[in-house]
Amino acid sequence: MYFGLSEDQIFFQDNVKKFLEDNAPLDAVKKITEGADLATKDELHQGLINLGINNILIPEENGGLGLDLLFASAVSQSLGEGIAALPFVGPYVIAPIAIKYGASDSQKEKLFNEMSQNLINCGVGFSEYFGSRDSSDLSISNNKITGRTLFVLDVDFASHVMLCDKKGQIGLVSLKSKGIEIIDLTTVDKTRTYKEMIFKDTPIEILDKTKTSTEAAEMALSAGRIVAAADSLGASQAMINKAVEYSKERKQFNRVIGSFQAVKHMCAEMTAELEPCYSLVWHAAHSFDDSHEDSKLMACLAKSHTSDVSKMVSKKATEVHGGMGFTDLLGLHFWFKRIGLNRHILGSPEIVREEAAKAQGL
Amino acid sequence: MNLNYGPEYEDFTKEVQKFCKEYSGVIITNKKGGALTSLSSITNSDKSDGAKVSRSEWQKILIKNGYFARSIPKEYGGFGGDIDIIKNRIIAAEFASNRIPPPMGGQGIDMLVPTLLELGTEEQKQKYIKPTLYGEMIWCQGYSEPNAGSDLASLQTKGELIDGNWVINGQKIWTSTAQYSQMMFCLVRTEPDAPKHAGISYLLIPMDTPGIEIRPLVDMTLNAGFNEVFFTDVTIPEGNIVGKRGEGWTVANATLGHERGSLTDPNATMNRLHMLIDRMKEETINGKKVIENPAYRDKLIQLQGKVMAFQSNSLRVLSAKLNKGQDVKIAGMIQKLIGTELRHELEGFCIDVMGELGTLFEGSPNIRDGGSWQFTYMYYLGLIIGGGTSQIQKNIISERGLGMPREPKTQQET
Ligand SMILES: Cc1cc2nc3c(=O)[nH]c(=O)nc-3n(C[C@H](O)[C@H](O)[C@H](O)COP(=O)(O)OP(=O)(O)OC[C@H]3O[C@@H](n4cnc5c(N)ncnc54)[C@H](O)[C@@H]3O)c2cc1C
Repeated sequence: MYFGLSEDQIFFQDNVKKFLEDNAPLDAVKKITEGADLATKDELHQGLINLGINNILIPEENGGLGLDLLFASAVSQSLGEGIAALPFVGPYVIAPIAIKYGASDSQKEKLFNEMSQNLINCGVGFSEYFGSRDSSDLSISNNKITGRTLFVLDVDFASHVMLCDKKGQIGLVSLKSKGIEIIDLTTVDKTRTYKEMIFKDTPIEILDKTKTSTEAAEMALSAGRIVAAADSLGASQAMINKAVEYSKERKQFNRVIGSFQAVKHMCAEMTAELEPCYSLVWHAAHSFDDSHEDSKLMACLAKSHTSDVSKMVSKKATEVHGGMGFTDLLGLHFWFKRIGLNRHILGSPEIVREEAAKAQGL
Repeated sequence: MNLNYGPEYEDFTKEVQKFCKEYSGVIITNKKGGALTSLSSITNSDKSDGAKVSRSEWQKILIKNGYFARSIPKEYGGFGGDIDIIKNRIIAAEFASNRIPPPMGGQGIDMLVPTLLELGTEEQKQKYIKPTLYGEMIWCQGYSEPNAGSDLASLQTKGELIDGNWVINGQKIWTSTAQYSQMMFCLVRTEPDAPKHAGISYLLIPMDTPGIEIRPLVDMTLNAGFNEVFFTDVTIPEGNIVGKRGEGWTVANATLGHERGSLTDPNATMNRLHMLIDRMKEETINGKKVIENPAYRDKLIQLQGKVMAFQSNSLRVLSAKLNKGQDVKIAGMIQKLIGTELRHELEGFCIDVMGELGTLFEGSPNIRDGGSWQFTYMYYLGLIIGGGTSQIQKNIISERGLGMPREPKTQQET
């Protein structure tokens, strides 16, 4: 029995972390988020691809690494911690899982092969499946898609977008097709991009099995939720580390503020709440990899609970920094906002908890 | 990640399951005891229809089968098996999910026995461990004093060695189950000139020694869960000491670790979550089941997330015990804080689920689950305070876990 990340997982995770530390310090991230340095963004993306983050979930026979969701979660922690201004959950987690469970054998062969060589890259729009807002709607018929959807994730380097309608039908649209309008959504989180997309009779290739089964939609969504939760774990850990570090340096009343119990207890509370979230997220990823009957429930619990704890951490860690925590200069707010987005993408806590209740027949 | 215990444990699991089936619905008949025994009675389900067994018979059955005191040597009354935390875990999990009454706990079993095994003399082990395991010798913990709570090391109860005997004078307070106990393990200041932590000894005191006066204190659950204990020239043999003179603080710290582990049981928490869900399916508001009310249901799933996180975390802590080199330092440190706070919250939520009915107590008409929700809600507030308060836990996490500065000492202390 072993509960935790394996040496390989930790090694991969540390590689990604180190890569980001060396190549994407906060200044670089800031420039990218201002849209001022797209060349660096390209380079960073390429660097992570060289490490293999695009191939984690692609089978070995198609040129991938054939690893599992726990691996992807471990890596996602590093991306959140290092505030990577790059796509991950859409193209490298949700897309391959949807293909694994939804594609016909021939579709799988072709798509995985192309994905492993990064010939195609998918942004992902699943909002219609778990909760349409603002009356958005997508309708698919005769291999054409029409309608509007919000919060399409990770279109940054995309050649395609993978869309899921409210019935769980999943298909791929080439961004070269006619009849696509893409609108930039400006959110608080500038480290990743979010789009509104409008389609008019746009050609779509439906993943075969999703015509009759919601399994692929469910699995892809669960995977995305676990990995988004892992991103929040990393972001929260970064915020706690910064708070503890700062509290050992900053002096008031001739003492370091970390010697004040109010400050110590805030740090202890953040840590005490976050530690069990690691266990929960890893457990959920493991249940997913094991195709355990509770995996949907575990994914929902991991996503909603980690979202709540991370929100608390993002507030308290900012408070520990005093006024400095509130400044753009320090940049703590990048993590604060990333946690804010992770909370809502792929399902806000209340929505996810309602799904959790249904998943266990309540 | 590998959550399988391995094929060698499959037979063992089956064996435990068979035992659970055999004793399904067993009822433990209690002598009315202190808070700990009334807490264990709530794990007896209301619908119990099985055999009635007394506490000490139950202990015997469990030890004989190796489901309790498993790794304690036979010569001290244990089962004499290998140390195998996985087997212990399987036993606890199967007992919990089959609602089989767990073995007796309490301060003798959870704290004193591990201490004696680690630091006691051969004679002490021979004399005390067996009757303690069999529930025939009940122990209380004499640590806290009126002026020494969180700051335990400032305790002042005095012990003097006179003519080969310890003579003890002073007062303890909050001593759980003292009125039912045969023995007390007690911290006493024996070296008044030594520094605070180095002047304490760990003594074993028979409760029928002349000069001991016990005054029960009624706690908020309206049970006399704890007591004041007064010592006037209480005289015990010199040999009733564990460790050396002045080493009592180290000895006591060995047992505090055991206590903190025993206060928070993730299996019991999971069981209570299931009982909460049952309650929500039965209770109605305006004829509609509470479980169908989205506000309550959302709160339930929030709690379920916390319970799962706590349970997963205890798996991680277990894993670190099995796999040398796995570092989960902070994950282990937080269990007392998280576990007691979570249980208090869970019990309190079930009271909310029942609304006005949740306030019923003490055998009132219409009371649910024997009043266990109110009782345990309060009981766990006691555990949040006892065994190192939540605030003290946060001091420990921040200082030892996160390396933040220790509390500055007052002039008096330095
Ligand atoms: C149900 C129950 C059973 C118990 N059973 C036993 C028993 O069997 N044997 C025994 O010896 N004792 C027992 N105790 C005593 C228990 O260990 C003490 O109550 C506990 O250690 C707190 O001490 P205190 O009550 O003196 O509170 P205090 O130490 O006076 O604490 C009061 C408040 O001050 C806070 N505080 C104190 N110091 C600090 C600090 N350094 N930093 C931050 N906050 C601080 C505390 O957190 C608390 O909120 C029991 C207590 C309870 C509630």
